Amino acid sequence: MKKYSIKLMTGAAMMLLIAAACSKSNNNNPPAPPVYYDQADQVGRPAINTVFIPASGKDSFNTTIPTQMPGLFTNDMKTSLAALNPGYTTNLLGLTADQFIGVLSTDVLNASTTGVTSFYNGTQVLTGRTLSDDVIDVELILLFGGPKGSDNPGLTSDHVNGNDKPFLTSFPYEAAPW
Amino acid sequence: MKQKKLVLIVGVAIATTIGGFLLASDHIDAPAVKNQTTDITDLYVFNGADTNNLVFVANTQGLLAPASTAAAAFDPNTLIQINIDNNGDNVEDEVIQAIYSGTTMNFYGPVKPSMTGIRSKIEGAVTASVAVTAYGAAPVTAGSASGIKVFAGARDDPFFFDLDQYHAILAGKAPGFNNPGKDAFAGTNVMSVVVEVPKKLLNSTGKINVWLTTKKKV
Repeated sequence: MKKYSIKLMTGAAMMLLIAAACSKSNNNNPPAPPVYYDQADQVGRPAINTVFIPASGKDSFNTTIPTQMPGLFTNDMKTSLAALNPGYTTNLLGLTADQFIGVLSTDVLNASTTGVTSFYNGTQVLTGRTLSDDVIDVELILLFGGPKGSDNPGLTSDHVNGNDKPFLTSFPYEAAPW
Repeated sequence: MKQKKLVLIVGVAIATTIGGFLLASDHIDAPAVKNQTTDITDLYVFNGADTNNLVFVANTQGLLAPASTAAAAFDPNTLIQINIDNNGDNVEDEVIQAIYSGTTMNFYGPVKPSMTGIRSKIEGAVTASVAVTAYGAAPVTAGSASGIKVFAGARDDPFFFDLDQYHAILAGKAPGFNNPGKDAFAGTNVMSVVVEVPKKLLNSTGKINVWLTTKKKV
């Protein structure tokens, strides 16, 4: 008796499943809704948010797209530069304060796809960023060094010139973790 | 710690005229991303060992102590997106996306995105997929037929800066940097995604503008 019951139940269950499957394929189920992701953090050139954006603006800066940055943050950035270096005139790139902020206020990293890539190596300027580029010294010199790079000598280098481990010469280039 | 968080001090009268200053490249730069998987530390863009290729390095979750690194993980709800403008209007023309599936890091692109700006969706089919390299293991890499190479895992943080001396300068305890300085990021790790891309896939006429975004699933 039990065997018959089980077979009947199994059969009924299978018919229910088939009915459900047929129902699904005939039914106009709505497609799965698209999955979206919203911006939480962003970076172009190193340290721009941390140097030039006041505390009250940091979260906003991180959720702003590059084309909107100048309109929203130029004044804050000019104020920050003036507070950092009230004696600022121009820098090694020959930029006035307004011109300097004009470059920095759209926070994107410029890169070349045809030449040497470097943040600044004395020849190439803003053509990329390598792992070994001393971006801190570059930014310190451009902020404090004046027209020739020789002003404020105590502030134009942190004298940490390289990474704590050598980089790899092949992919993935970064050193193994500690 | 709030004390360590950089606050840009405007108009403070310090003899050396330094106001608020560099904390670190982008490490814990803002309250909303502090200690989150969305916290970006750095973006690097440079020629590969084969200069026909361009390498993008996208680092997140910085200041990982070695003891914390084994447990560090990517987040399936955090999209890591490299944005590339190749016509100078600062709007992304190509994107490279990386998102963790829970076992592998899946890469998409470079591809023209269907939508630009704050909100994104995953674009198209997976280009390459790689197991996340376990802490302490040799790097696991993978590639695509189009010549893309990918890696995801913990790496030594490549950023270097004497952050502690900067704090001393801010506090008025030092007039300038020491020589030699001391790298505050020595001995710390980050979670890193590295993508090497044949330049011909970038649709560039010579110059690109690049920015890195992390995006949280809505």
